[in-house]
Amino acid sequence: MADVKKIATRESYGNALAECGADFPNLVVLDADLAGATKTGVFQKAFPDRHIDCGIAECNMTGIAAGLATCGKIPFVSSFAMFAAGRNFEQVRNSIGYPHLNVKIGATHAGITVGEDGATHQCNEDVALMRTVPGMTVVVPADDVEAKAAVRAAIEFEGPVYLRFGRAAVPVINDREDYKFELGKGVLLREGKDVTIIASGITVASALEAAQKLEADGISAEVINIHTIKPLDEELVVASAKKTGKVVTAEEHSVIGGLGSAVCDCLCEKCPTPVLKIGMQDVFGESGPAGALVEKYGLDGKGIYESVKKFV
Amino acid sequence: MNKLELQKTANEVRKGIITAVHGAKAGHPGGSLSAADLFTYLYFEEMNVDPKDPKKADRDRFVLSKGHTAPGLYSTLANRGYFPVEDLPTLRHLGSYLQGHPCMQETPGVDMSSGSLGQGISAAVGMALAAKMDNKDYRVYTLLGDGEIQEGQVWEASMFAGHRKLDNLVVIVDNNGLQIDGKIDDVCSPYPIDKKFEAFNFHVINIDGNDFDQIDAAFKEARATKGMPTAIICKTVKGKGVSFMENSAGWHGKAPNDEEYAVAMADLTKIGEELGGAN
Repeated sequence: MADVKKIATRESYGNALAECGADFPNLVVLDADLAGATKTGVFQKAFPDRHIDCGIAECNMTGIAAGLATCGKIPFVSSFAMFAAGRNFEQVRNSIGYPHLNVKIGATHAGITVGEDGATHQCNEDVALMRTVPGMTVVVPADDVEAKAAVRAAIEFEGPVYLRFGRAAVPVINDREDYKFELGKGVLLREGKDVTIIASGITVASALEAAQKLEADGISAEVINIHTIKPLDEELVVASAKKTGKVVTAEEHSVIGGLGSAVCDCLCEKCPTPVLKIGMQDVFGESGPAGALVEKYGLDGKGIYESVKKFV
Repeated sequence: MNKLELQKTANEVRKGIITAVHGAKAGHPGGSLSAADLFTYLYFEEMNVDPKDPKKADRDRFVLSKGHTAPGLYSTLANRGYFPVEDLPTLRHLGSYLQGHPCMQETPGVDMSSGSLGQGISAAVGMALAAKMDNKDYRVYTLLGDGEIQEGQVWEASMFAGHRKLDNLVVIVDNNGLQIDGKIDDVCSPYPIDKKFEAFNFHVINIDGNDFDQIDAAFKEARATKGMPTAIICKTVKGKGVSFMENSAGWHGKAPNDEEYAVAMADLTKIGEELGGAN
């Protein structure tokens, strides 16, 4: 996929906010001294009066967003996933989740593709945390097209939404005329009959690559992109599990509490199926180039291919 | 309202607090009673609110950052006409709209859900910021406990409010001197409270928070203060008005039994009679 266009979804986030700014006058963006990194600087430049830098104080930023939402604003709280979901967990739960306020959380630099900064900043637990908050929608876009569509959908949706974006450039895989984004609706990207690979975020492109390699070995893999982890598209997951009888989940996140767990929560009740969970196996990440880390932890096309091969 | 009317109303609010907490067999009477005069002044004198239209767009807002003193807020809202005073004993009961801590979706007049200490002030700051962004002239009030200001988020919020010159924000600290584990200056002293808020670019006013003359003067001064938020540091008596609850950390989070309830109500009835009976 060397000649495929690559864009980091955090760039998409900043660009989408700037694009939506004119359409939604109540849209406001909050940052905690990371506007350059979260890419909300693009919005700040276009709408300086609606960008609020709170300084390095994420918990207060989250509470300010809650207060703004009670007055009719549509606030986006922007920070790294480690802080937006981790440090802020209780603020998100009590000040946004419990009163079900219309606050969106734009979490960038999620997962190990943070790269060189290392484990302290590589959040592999955010989806698990956010999934547990009642009424929270959790979205993990796969590429630039999906990330931009997700931002607009989150603005149009009434209620709290957690959006997860990455630091590293990822292939644009959804750049097609008929692409349509709907919150809570998974996307069947490739049909197959032997195994279902369910992916989200950066692993969607990896899963497609793995499916191609598996095909060469005579294994027919179905690939599903679950961009909305909560609410999960259970209908799509169950239908595919019934069809193939084997499910593999792949995510740039801990295998505890994320996409893999969400899929297992669904299947154990509605269609018990053997599941292999690819992701961070209850370990912290480490420093290194994003690509090398993705390879080391088996989240690239080759890694997923090898894991699926052993599983089927 | 004149001073006597405010005093009589605050006494009724105190009766409602005792009735609610007794009905709940749990809850936080001490800090509700210490702040009863502040609650009363805010809802009966200071704030532009309409009990018949609790969500009126340009109303003044109040965030009870020290959310555990919900009985004080509920009793005030009930006495102000947001909902029947008769419902106060359902506090904390299963199915009641009077949750243990304020819930904006359940209770008419509650502007923000709160209770996890340190978080309410940030929401209040957000509301004050929204007013500024929209060029609206509504004002925002938030009440904090003196123990609560041990939370770091309080100072994040204060730094932001001072930096943004939110002169439509009033931070009220109920300095009753006691927290669950004892005296605040024994547990982890937040003193000097006034100097801290000054350092965060607030206009600071120190008052006796159980004296309506001083409360009235302070809120008028806050309204006249431009270019910076105001902090009103209120020395109060925890458990104020109920003889056996006054200045006792033990009554921070404990409900009176039937006998204690009778004594408490007798104390308050006597105060009411000394004030010359009902309004």
